[in-house]
Amino acid sequence: MHLEESEEAALAGEHGEIMQMAYRILVATGEATDAERLIPIRWAHLSGVNYNTIGGAGEEFLRSISSRGAKVRVRTTLNPMGFDSDSVERYGLGDEFVSGQASIADSYEAMGVTQSFSCIPYEIFEMPRGEQVAFAESNAAIYANSFAGARTNKESAFSALASAITGKSPYSDLRREEEEASNVTVRMSAREPDELTYGMLGYFAGREAGGASSVDISGVSASAMDRRQCKAMCGGMGTSGTCAKFRFVKEGEEEGGNAGNGGGDSGRPETIEFDDDAARKVRDELDTAEKGDVIALGSPQLGLWEMSDLLERLRGRSFKKRCMVFCPRTVKEQARKLDYVRGLERAGCEVLADCCTCLSPLLGSDKVDAVTTNSIKGAFYMNNASGVGVDLKPLAKILEDETE
Amino acid sequence: MKVLVEGSARGTVLKSEMPINFLGAVDKKTGVITDRNHDLYGKSVKDSILVFPSGAGSSVGAYTIYALKSGGSAPAGMICRKADLTVATGCAVAGIPLRILDSDRFDAIKTGQQLLLDTA
Repeated sequence: MHLEESEEAALAGEHGEIMQMAYRILVATGEATDAERLIPIRWAHLSGVNYNTIGGAGEEFLRSISSRGAKVRVRTTLNPMGFDSDSVERYGLGDEFVSGQASIADSYEAMGVTQSFSCIPYEIFEMPRGEQVAFAESNAAIYANSFAGARTNKESAFSALASAITGKSPYSDLRREEEEASNVTVRMSAREPDELTYGMLGYFAGREAGGASSVDISGVSASAMDRRQCKAMCGGMGTSGTCAKFRFVKEGEEEGGNAGNGGGDSGRPETIEFDDDAARKVRDELDTAEKGDVIALGSPQLGLWEMSDLLERLRGRSFKKRCMVFCPRTVKEQARKLDYVRGLERAGCEVLADCCTCLSPLLGSDKVDAVTTNSIKGAFYMNNASGVGVDLKPLAKILEDETE
Repeated sequence: MKVLVEGSARGTVLKSEMPINFLGAVDKKTGVITDRNHDLYGKSVKDSILVFPSGAGSSVGAYTIYALKSGGSAPAGMICRKADLTVATGCAVAGIPLRILDSDRFDAIKTGQQLLLDTA
């Protein structure tokens, strides 16, 4: 990758050790994406916020760079943390977690980062169409590229941090104007799809794409999907693979028409069927419990429409067990003004801001044995990282089984 | 062949045919693979030359790689077939040598063999 004179100087340490580290990260990112140069980005979204995921080592790293003067140069927003400060005392988290989490939030604030604590920046901020951004949260990167017309790599926590500090990112394939067809097309033929099916489609397609940066999807179009289904698909895809983008292609155009070099191993286009059988296999892998001790909704976090839709679908019924609803702070505030929060609480929900189903210590194995959810992304991390069983079913079935 | 993070490392090869989601599938304290559906389930990546197709999943996996290094449970070096940003930047910040190999050379490496990874 070619660096300009000032960039070379920064890499050599002439602008301090923070800039040097940031440029080292950008160079590794550039080599990994075969980029020839760096370009400006206008927004960075960081992951690496939840104390549960980055731990003491991550907390010390952030404290160290913020105390040495690290500052972000472009608008920078943040992923969820581990809990909602409004209610943290009710959940019996240890002091180490609460203070570690507070230190992480303080370090980001000192760097000039907006404390958004949300994995759905595309829903709570205006998306800059056609602009270059650097989103580390995988579902948000895929959403930005696939639905919102922005451009980003599937950034890592460190590449997004380096882009926030420098205002730059490598000009990779995903950032270019021209659309390249992927080497892999997944044909959606599962019947009567709900949001769980789309989450599984994303998970399946991300895995089958085998290290590629994008994948084509046929048999379905964006107009057939609601917001919940779109988010579920992005969340599932971000969990299983390296894809940062998918394109909907028309049926019949997927074979033979692909001359691109999207990154598959063979270089030859391939179409893979996602049918009822493939869906069942994904479900068998992640659906590991008969029933959950608690219901968790929101991975990705719920937006305002989903809060209102949930309340409407409840129609005065109440959950028979605890139901945790995760959303961004701004959504919780709006929902409170619209009286949704009161309605949901009356139906037995706990509405939590700033955190998410994924890897929240509120849903750790010391708290619950199994969780009921409609999120493929949540199911993967609960099964594998949290050691919690998962009862996986779509929202409609959750409402049917778990309310009275 | 491409060097993403320079350095020198020696160790025993631990090879997987499956991508690794460092956040969801590796215990950041012990280096043990915790994903029951993974072919390295129950094995530790500590001090190995970890050979796998690519990283996958969460962007926060970069911090997991850094935490493994801080806690002394990181691989000595890594070899992938496909570059991904989580592994590349995690290794860059942690100072773990990382090399990308083409399919033929990647396929030739076997678990248990001693390997000197010298990217300089």
